[in-house]
Amino acid sequence: MRNNLTVSSSPHIHSGVTSQSIMLDVIIALLPAAVYGVFIFGWRAAVLIAVCVASAVLSEFLWNKALKKPNSLGDLTAVVTGLLLALNLPSSLPVWMAALGSAIAIIVVKQMFGGLGHNFANPAITARIVLMVSFPAAMTKFFEPFSMTVSSATPLAGGAEYTLRELFFGMHAGTIGETSVVMLVIGGLYLVMRRVISPIIPVSFIGTVFVFSWVLGANPIQAIFSGGLLLGAIFMATDYVTSPTFNWGKLIFGIGCGIITVVIRQFASLPEGVSYSILVMNLLVPHINSLTMPKPFGWEADKK
Amino acid sequence: MKKENLKYLTNGIIKENPVLRLVLGTCPTLAVTTAAINGIGMGVAATVVLVGSNLVISLLRNIIPDKVRIPAYITVIAGFVTVVQMLVKAFLPSIDAALGIYLPLIVVNCIILGRAEMFASKNSVLPSVLDGIGMGIGFTATLTLMGAIREIIGAGTVFGLPITAGFIDPMIVMLLPPGGFFVFGILVAVSNKLATMSGKKAVEHTGCGECPMKDACKTGGEA
Repeated sequence: MRNNLTVSSSPHIHSGVTSQSIMLDVIIALLPAAVYGVFIFGWRAAVLIAVCVASAVLSEFLWNKALKKPNSLGDLTAVVTGLLLALNLPSSLPVWMAALGSAIAIIVVKQMFGGLGHNFANPAITARIVLMVSFPAAMTKFFEPFSMTVSSATPLAGGAEYTLRELFFGMHAGTIGETSVVMLVIGGLYLVMRRVISPIIPVSFIGTVFVFSWVLGANPIQAIFSGGLLLGAIFMATDYVTSPTFNWGKLIFGIGCGIITVVIRQFASLPEGVSYSILVMNLLVPHINSLTMPKPFGWEADKK
Repeated sequence: MKKENLKYLTNGIIKENPVLRLVLGTCPTLAVTTAAINGIGMGVAATVVLVGSNLVISLLRNIIPDKVRIPAYITVIAGFVTVVQMLVKAFLPSIDAALGIYLPLIVVNCIILGRAEMFASKNSVLPSVLDGIGMGIGFTATLTLMGAIREIIGAGTVFGLPITAGFIDPMIVMLLPPGGFFVFGILVAVSNKLATMSGKKAVEHTGCGECPMKDACKTGGEA
C-alpha cells in the first residue's frame, strides 16, 4: 500500500495531524462519559475501564513482541479500543470477561487482519458482540445508578418510560458509558469542532433512527436517547478504518446503520441493535467506497 | 510396505490434509464440530465411505466412460453413504441424532468426490485404498480436534467429560457458527505455518506449483 502513494517533488507541508493526535482527541472526548459512568456506577466501573485498557495495551504489546513487529503502542489506538469496549459493558460484568473482550478486540479483530488500518470491523464493537453472544446473562445484568442492585429494565428492555431529564443525565440502568446523553454529546461536539470526525455519520445515523422509530410508532425521543445509539453513532460508527471515505458514502453508511438498528429494536428478539448494525455496515464499507468514489472533473467513461 | 504406498497413507494427515490444506469438505467441518464426539462420528462415517468409493471407483476406472464419470462416481458414493447411514441409525442412534442431515450429505462431501476424481480414477486399487484411509484419518483427526477445541471453550467439556465446566463460564459463541469459523481459520493458519516450517512454502505464495490440486483444476498447472 505504501508503495502506491505517489510523492510529488518538494516543498511539502505537514498538517501536524498524526494517528496519535487523533486518538488523543478521541480519548479526551470519551473522558466525560467515562468519568460520569464511574460517578454513576461506582468503583466497579472504574475497575472495568482500567482492566479493559490494560488488557488491550498488553495484548497489543505481546502480539507485536511475539511476531517481532515494531511496537505500536504509541499510536494510542489500543487505549481507545479498550476504553470504548469498557464503556460498552455493564458495570456488573466479571473482570476476566472484560479482559478477555479487550484481548479479542486487539488480537482477533485487529492484529490478525494486519493491525491498524487493515481491520475490516470495529474491534470494540466486534468484541462486544462476541461477549454478548458468549455470555448473554452476564452482559445483560445492568446495575441501577448509585447502587449495586440489579435492574430488570433499561429504557429499551422492560418498557418503562423515562423523562427527558433522566435520559439526559443517564439516571437509568445501562452500560458504563451509554447512559448520559449530555456527556456523549459533549464528547461528540468536541470531536466535530476539532475536525476529528465529520458530523455526517452521527447525524444521519441518529436522524434515521428518529424518523424510522417515529414511523413505526415508537417514542422517537426515547429511541435516540437510549441504548447505545449515541455512543455507537458518535464514537464507533465514525472509526476511520471501518467507515466510508467519501461524504455520500458516509451518508449511506449512517442511514444503513439507522435502518438496521430500528429493525432489530422493533422486530428482532434483541432489545438493542446498534452494535450489530455497525458491524453489518462495516462489512459493506469497501463496496460503499467503490460506489461513491467521486469522479474527477471532466471525467468520461471509457467508450468500448 | 513400499515407500510410495506409505506416502499415500501419510499424505492426508498434514501435508495434504483434506480440510486444512485442500480446504475440501468445509460444510460438515463447520457444521458438526460442536462436540468432539460428533467430529469422530462424522470423520469415521466419511472415512468408511471414502475408502469404499475409492476402492470401487479405482476398480471401475477403465470401464466408466469419461463423459458420464461424475454421475457414475456419485452413484457409487451414494450407495456407500446409504449403507453407512443405515448402520449408524441402527447401532449408534445418538450419533445419528447429532449429525442429522449431515450424515446423508456425505454424498456431496467434496473430499470424497474430489479424491475419486483426482486420485482413484487415475491410480490402481492399493494406492487408492491407502489414499482413502490417509485422507480419512486426516479428516477425522481435524474434525475431532476442532470439535474438542469448540467443546472445551464453548461448554467446558471434552467428550462430555467436564474439564473447566463449573468454575469458568463457557463462551457460548464457540458452539455457534462464528466459533466454527474462528477455530477453522486459526487451524488453517497453524497448518500453513507447520507446512512452511517443514520446508514447504505456504500455499498462497507458490501459485500452482506446490498446490496438490493443480492437476485437477482448470488452469492445468499454469499459474
